[in-house]
Amino acid sequence: MDLAYTDAEEEYRSRLRDWLAVAVPELPPRPPPDDWPARRAYDTAWQRALYDAGYGEVHWDASPTLRLIFLEETERAGAPYVGANFVGLLHAGPTIAAEGTPQQRERWLGPVLRGDEIWCQGFSEPDAGSDLASLRTKAVRDGDAYVVTGSKIWTSHAEVADWCELLVRTDPAAPRHRGITWLAMPMDAPGITVRPLRTLAGSAEFAEMFLDEVRVPVACRVGEENDGWRVTMVTLSFERGTAFAGEVVACRRTLAEVAAEARANGSWDDPAVRRRLGRLYAEFAALWRLIQWNVSAAASNGSLPGTGGSVFKLRYSHARQELYDAAAEVLGPDALDLSRPWTLERLSSLSYTIAAGTSQIQRNIVAERILGLPKGR
Amino acid sequence: MDFRLTDDQRALRSGVRRLLTRRFGREALRAAVDREGRLDRDLWRELGRAGLFALRLPESDGGAGLGLPEAALVFEEAGRALLPGPLVATQLAAGSVPGAADGTAVVTCAGQLSSLVAHLVDADVLVTIGAGAPHVVAAGEAAAVRSLDPLTPLHRLPHPPPAASGPLLGAAVLLTAAEQLGSAARSTEDAVRHAGDRVQFGQPVGGFQAVKHLCAEMLVRTEVARAAVRAAAVTGDLTEIAGAKLLADDAAVRGARDCLQVFGGMGFTWEADVHLHLKRSLLRAQMWLTTVQAEEIQAQALASAL
Ligand SMILES: Cc1cc2nc3c(=O)[nH]c(=O)nc-3n(C[C@H](O)[C@H](O)[C@H](O)COP(=O)(O)OP(=O)(O)OC[C@H]3O[C@@H](n4cnc5c(N)ncnc54)[C@H](O)[C@@H]3O)c2cc1C
Repeated sequence: MDLAYTDAEEEYRSRLRDWLAVAVPELPPRPPPDDWPARRAYDTAWQRALYDAGYGEVHWDASPTLRLIFLEETERAGAPYVGANFVGLLHAGPTIAAEGTPQQRERWLGPVLRGDEIWCQGFSEPDAGSDLASLRTKAVRDGDAYVVTGSKIWTSHAEVADWCELLVRTDPAAPRHRGITWLAMPMDAPGITVRPLRTLAGSAEFAEMFLDEVRVPVACRVGEENDGWRVTMVTLSFERGTAFAGEVVACRRTLAEVAAEARANGSWDDPAVRRRLGRLYAEFAALWRLIQWNVSAAASNGSLPGTGGSVFKLRYSHARQELYDAAAEVLGPDALDLSRPWTLERLSSLSYTIAAGTSQIQRNIVAERILGLPKGR
Repeated sequence: MDFRLTDDQRALRSGVRRLLTRRFGREALRAAVDREGRLDRDLWRELGRAGLFALRLPESDGGAGLGLPEAALVFEEAGRALLPGPLVATQLAAGSVPGAADGTAVVTCAGQLSSLVAHLVDADVLVTIGAGAPHVVAAGEAAAVRSLDPLTPLHRLPHPPPAASGPLLGAAVLLTAAEQLGSAARSTEDAVRHAGDRVQFGQPVGGFQAVKHLCAEMLVRTEVARAAVRAAAVTGDLTEIAGAKLLADDAAVRGARDCLQVFGGMGFTWEADVHLHLKRSLLRAQMWLTTVQAEEIQAQALASAL
């Protein structure tokens, strides 16, 4: 058990810190949440800057420890997180890197790393949420293309994406998990209609996507036909890995700001408030240690983040909600004013126990895959 | 950074587990309950010979020269096995109170549990912990208390002793948290095993989501506590140690309660071991550092982080 960073790791940290100290203050102001083209431009420009500085591939190539240092330092410097690059950098990219052909890696990975192209994720459907394998959007082979018809929902970044990692059913007769195929769909193909959906926080974060005989070249299939479920599992295990590390650092900073507010407005004198914030301090410290634990464990099992990610996500998503609830207690009636800090974040944090596998689904995963309890429904 | 256990640490842990399985299995545990927590002095000496108390003493003083991380692994195993006795106090006294290191003396501590003292009946030496080495004190007219935990006899001192403090307190809190962690892990395992074996409505009860999710939450609390306890053992940082105790107390107490729920009526019996983990963890949660104190320490750290 060694928590000290090596000299090489510390050197990496200080070089990165120096670079961030120059790069972050040069950033333009953040665009408003509803201005998607501006958000895309902002997020891709940041990815380009990282790429030019040699940090573009940190999510893929760096050792898990360097990635952790990267996430810690960028968050500390107030740099943007992946934003609209999320799917490309953390879902589709790693999947293509692991499962794609050399030509596919050549075609898609560079543009993601340089911030030239944005991806979205078309997995969920109106009737296939937690039960993703029941998805029905169908793809029928026609020469050198699949003809895709159906609908997707909750597709984040759909409005500005160039590509969509799409799950389709290619064999309706096969057992559910065996008839699914993973396609990269060009978002400018004819037949795609994107309809933004407004979230409870007021902004349009995701969209519905209607697909009407969209032609996707067979060359855009990653993995074999009908092998998409296995390919998908590769993607999902990435999502549940270190993806949230930067956010834990951010939560620790927010907690300190909430404590400062509590001291300023006098609620700190209430032991119940103080102790609630104190417990959160221990909570986020432990979550950071758990990430380090998972990162070290990943080094033994071939660096693919394992089921430990489910344990982390379960606890983290609830801790984050508790953080903003505690902030609301500190703010009192001001927590009803949307222009106050943390109020919008409190609303947004409600998605954490739903997106990327609900808490109930995570508990099923922990119970069945880690604890070995019987599978059930 | 490599948070994983080293091969030596793994070997240490499995060595201790083997020793405790052999010398303090279920029968010995129930015999200890029947003795109302009175200690088996042969076992105590054997623990001493195995190095449980001298672990952190330098090799020149007859110790193993190991650190807090190793001690935490050993105490995790003690917690799993519900090993009784003032293990933490005796380890703190090793090197300064004669006989503590090799298990010939039983040392307990006043001031770790307000005016209550654990295992005074079997203790050869009573100490307090403050600045410097543990300080030997007289018990005076201590009155026996009916202890909640059948494995821990308690006495009440006539005058409340000074609360434990000083440089040794961090290790005391951390090792107690490690015991809690071991207990939490054990409760999780027991609940999962029972849920897989017990059949109702034609299926193992572990197939019911309500039960499954209880078990999943037990594991989550245990794993979060594990990361916290092990990291705190490595850094030795007092705030981090206090935070680890908070999380480990929670994992142990709630874990034992959830385990009780999973066991159903059997969980409410004297016969099952579930209550032993619950009662012991309730006691440890009060020891050395209470929830309120630990939360206030976190709040202070937060305030000074601004
Ligand atoms: C902010 C946000 C962004 C998202 N972005 C994307 C995206 O970009 N691309 C994409 O494809 N999807 C996206 N999603 C979709 C997300 O993956 C799904 O919402 C999620 O998987 C849950 O599916 P559902 O909404 O259909 O809920 P349902 O599956 O209908 O669940 C309803 C309730 O039933 C519970 N439940 C369901 N099955 C079980 C079970 N077996 N055991 C116990 N309880 C169960 C659930 O926990 C939940 O409480 C996003 C969601 C959100 C909130």
